[in-house]
Amino acid sequence: MICQECNQRPATLHFTKIMNGEKAEFHLCEKCAQEHGDMFMLSSGSGFSINNLLTGLFNMEPAFQGASKAPLEQEKVLQCEQCSMTFQQFAKVGKFGCAHCYDAFSDQLKPIVKRLHSGNWTHNGKVPARIGGSIHLRKKIDELKNELKELILKEEFEKAAETRDEIRKLEKEMNGHDEGGE
Amino acid sequence: MSLEKFMNQAVSSWMSSEGPDSDIVLSSRIRLARNIKQVNFPTIFSNEEAKSVIQNIEDRMSKSSFDKFGDLELLLMDELQPLQKRVLMEKHLISPHLVENANYGACLLTENEEVSIMINEEDHIRIQCLFPGFQLSEALDVAYEIDDWLEEEIDYAFDEKIGYLTSCPTNVGTGLRASVMMHLPALIMTQQMNRIIPAINQLGLVVRGIFGEGSEALGNIFQVSNQITLGKSEEDIAEDLKSVVSQLISQERSAREALEKTSNIQLEDRVFRSYGTLSNSRVIETKEAARCLSDVRLGIDMNYIQGISKNILNELMVLTQPGFLQQYAGGPLRPFERDIRRASLIRERLKMEDKELGG
Repeated sequence: MICQECNQRPATLHFTKIMNGEKAEFHLCEKCAQEHGDMFMLSSGSGFSINNLLTGLFNMEPAFQGASKAPLEQEKVLQCEQCSMTFQQFAKVGKFGCAHCYDAFSDQLKPIVKRLHSGNWTHNGKVPARIGGSIHLRKKIDELKNELKELILKEEFEKAAETRDEIRKLEKEMNGHDEGGE
Repeated sequence: MSLEKFMNQAVSSWMSSEGPDSDIVLSSRIRLARNIKQVNFPTIFSNEEAKSVIQNIEDRMSKSSFDKFGDLELLLMDELQPLQKRVLMEKHLISPHLVENANYGACLLTENEEVSIMINEEDHIRIQCLFPGFQLSEALDVAYEIDDWLEEEIDYAFDEKIGYLTSCPTNVGTGLRASVMMHLPALIMTQQMNRIIPAINQLGLVVRGIFGEGSEALGNIFQVSNQITLGKSEEDIAEDLKSVVSQLISQERSAREALEKTSNIQLEDRVFRSYGTLSNSRVIETKEAARCLSDVRLGIDMNYIQGISKNILNELMVLTQPGFLQQYAGGPLRPFERDIRRASLIRERLKMEDKELGG
């Protein structure tokens, strides 16, 4: 079979792509397939190591963006302004350069973190005692707000009013926290 | 140096004293990963930043020490001999990463070696508590105390939404790795382990060999730990691990009972053959030693062998590692020389037991 792109070399890669329920078959030679690199997620050259597999987890981005965009448009370098680590560097080593990287790459990071932690994206554990002052309060307020919703659903309005007052009190306290600086 | 004296120095509390369910659970470990705010992670930090991390810790200690377990001692990796580092690693007090790759790596140790705080490893601070037997909650409590003590003076890199920020996103959130080291010979003999491991993996837990990632299960010793660090609270992570470990304990116990019923004499034979190998061999390599030690330990637990202390497996699994053997020998040894040393150390250790028996 001859490659369907160049019609010259023999096709060595055969695969089926299903998009929106429609099936399409491709028969390409290695060269043409590599030009489509990101579309077919081919690792060129040497064998596939465990490392590729691990960092592959961080490298899913091109596949999401689809093949329609020209490769040049994706070249915008994503970089952490604090430690100047680029997303590419992170994808290679799998480790961040500084705490700010979590902010800088947060869009790319979310799907990765979710995949690593079975869908979780919110910390539910220990909070530092000292810097956590307002966080403790906010967590408490969130809890109370949920409680309030439930109470309203159950039509227990008297209790709901009490909870609402408590939320107001805590919110005031929190504002005081913020204004007071510490 | 006499073996007895060497052992007194070499054996950490997690190897010698006995904890709950210690017939199956050798040790429980809690690790918390923490980083200091405004300092780049060890992945890329400069030497100045690395030094400032150590300075931060020293400042913390000078204000008030954490003295629940006696004084903390600061060991700088650059000041230790390669062999000393290797010995600390074989005792599981520091990680291979700290020994090999760390810039300005250091560690804080308590006298009983139940607590070790690694500095400038993959993260700035890694608090580790290593307890004998099945004591995860106890270890977590102590880790919390140390964490709070450090946090009194040190600002952590913490995000309200995703928790403690770590250099690798696999640790973000709680930064907690809880792990339990288990001796599971009967589950191996009855070939159940191959079925159990995938089931455990599905619960978000990992099963590994004794020296962590990628290592094989020498001496039928497995490490079970949590994979997920984000989304669940520390207590829930520990509870989930505990319930799986409890299951494994009861499965191992029933496998031992079944073995006793179906193949009593073969098992006894195997135990005593291994005992014979250990007490008589002149050359023995790591794998064979580990296999025999596992058999002997099982023999002790199942009362085939009496009068030998149970710690023998935990102790000798560590003491017969290359680093320890060379330290005991007082200098470097080639692999074959190590095998000779290992055999003689095990023989001597078993003789010590006999002496104690004889009174």
